[in-house]
Amino acid sequence: MYRYDGYDQAIVDARVAEFRDQVQRRLANEITEDQFKPLRLMNGLYLQLHAYMLRVAVPYGTMSGTQLRMLAHIARTYDRGYAHFTTRQNIQFNWIKLAEAPDLLAELATVEMHAIQTSGNCIRNISSDQFAGAAADEVADPRPYAELLRQWSSFHPEFSYLPRKFKIAVIASDTDRAAIQLHDIGLQLVRRDGDLGFKVWVGGGMGRTPMLGHVIRDFIPVAKYLSYCEAILRVYNRFGRRDNIYKARIKILVHEIGAAEFTRQVEAEWAEVEPLALDAPAAEYARIVTQFAEPPYDLAASDSIDRSDPDFAVWLDQNVHRHKQPGYAIATISLKPIGGIPGDASAGQMDLIADLAERYAFDEIRVTHSQNLVLAHVRKADLYAVWTALAAAGLATPNLDLVTDIIACPGLDYCALANARSIPVAQRIAERFTDLARQHDIGELKIKVSGCINACGHHHAGHIGILGVDRKGEEAYQLSLGGSGAEDASLARIIGPGFSEAGVVDAVEKVIETYRAVRTGPAERFLDTYRRVGEAPFKAAVYGVPA
Amino acid sequence: MIRLLTGNTLETGDVVWWDGTGWSLHLVDAVDVGAEGDMLLARTLAAERINDAALVDAVATPAGPRPRTIRERVRGAGPTVRLDLNRMAGDV
Repeated sequence: MYRYDGYDQAIVDARVAEFRDQVQRRLANEITEDQFKPLRLMNGLYLQLHAYMLRVAVPYGTMSGTQLRMLAHIARTYDRGYAHFTTRQNIQFNWIKLAEAPDLLAELATVEMHAIQTSGNCIRNISSDQFAGAAADEVADPRPYAELLRQWSSFHPEFSYLPRKFKIAVIASDTDRAAIQLHDIGLQLVRRDGDLGFKVWVGGGMGRTPMLGHVIRDFIPVAKYLSYCEAILRVYNRFGRRDNIYKARIKILVHEIGAAEFTRQVEAEWAEVEPLALDAPAAEYARIVTQFAEPPYDLAASDSIDRSDPDFAVWLDQNVHRHKQPGYAIATISLKPIGGIPGDASAGQMDLIADLAERYAFDEIRVTHSQNLVLAHVRKADLYAVWTALAAAGLATPNLDLVTDIIACPGLDYCALANARSIPVAQRIAERFTDLARQHDIGELKIKVSGCINACGHHHAGHIGILGVDRKGEEAYQLSLGGSGAEDASLARIIGPGFSEAGVVDAVEKVIETYRAVRTGPAERFLDTYRRVGEAPFKAAVYGVPA
Repeated sequence: MIRLLTGNTLETGDVVWWDGTGWSLHLVDAVDVGAEGDMLLARTLAAERINDAALVDAVATPAGPRPRTIRERVRGAGPTVRLDLNRMAGDV
């Protein structure tokens, strides 16, 4: 894992001191809320429906046991004993008091964490593959490149006031576990003729106007990707629309001028930028890479696993993935217990996971964009002990990528922007499909719920997407089908008029039962069936019209 | 229809309701600000101690004011998915 150097620590400590002064001046009414609001947002502090919410950055979703234990301490000391992992691999605290926020940030800084650039029109937390460094199918560990992007984008003077927020994801596998085609910039590390470089997507995004990104370069050598990103951001910063917040994202610029023209402008800009030596010196890259060195694996670790406990075997089959190192495995911790709040974890659960990471997983925890956690390097011989401890804490639900592994934004239960509640819809759907055998029969099915058009719940990328809307002060829900955030990315399409909360749960069940009826067999995923037969049979089942 | 004055306190972000003499944490204490609403709102905004101050429509019921929109009812009650943190569990 990357550890701060003196410069990293100094700028984070300085920001805490600066914010402490700003908070004191606001509490003393020396500055107005209009003056203060952009300052607190730059430090990830939002005012939500019931209280202040603090969003803490987890760079590319990776943290240590010490850091997770600090987050548990924050939950206990400054919040109400729990926190919420987000679709940007960050963590949010829902009940923060303004006067205590500087002390909280000072405590975070002691473990090399902060909330900088988790809000505002700047480059947000760099996201990545939760299996990075462990995946058997990656060409190299993408995290050193994500870390360089973090350093490049932190306090970047030219890109602190972009037309709108900006999100970058980095992966290194053909299997996309980070939804890169739905990012402002998506970077896939590839190997070409023995050399490492990035395939570059630009202009993807969700929100009000969902779009898939365009490939604007098949290959940029890794030694040049920072200057290439600089060129992309410069074009966007210059021509992105600042006159209309709904048209300010880079996807709108790419759409309006066309991907070919956008590419031409980026290449022209890069021709100017590249000679300026903005790319990281090889020595700096080498310094970072050493911090992501492979952990000291037990080279004698056994590949065999005792599957005699049937409950453990179910979890093993569903939540554990192959690791590149023989004798090791990747274990995903579901934060989606049936009827629970997707992405929420109590302080006690966070402490336990920190303990398990330290004891069994080389002191690393990953956050997934699907709001689960990952222990990326677990000896196969230790999996049973890990599962036993997780099960005792309600953290061993064997539902990864199944119908009950639902992404849901905080929605109207917490969020000031939301139009409708998301969490209860996710809970009711999960409860409807409690039967594990039924879940397994349905197979891979990604349901994603957003409480407003901003799409924090990624409903556009859901195999089944649900969007909460406001109908004259009451909640209603639109149903969409056919989205994907994976390497086969697609945008879900609304299939018809909306529903009440109870109605949308019934509609989801009808859609799923229709899938079971028309699929070629259990091996055909919901998404593949939808793509093969189209929306007609699903629409007929839901609305009672002829297929 | 009645009108309520509400907002979030600067210090804690807590949802508060104008009760006729001051700010209450409890929706049940909220009073109809009627024709004085705009004046009270302007005064609240000028004082800079309550954020996101606003007037909201509600219906008077025997159990107390019931905001017209689901959003304000959730604000008044608390998260419906964490009834242990909810000020008035149940009806939103």
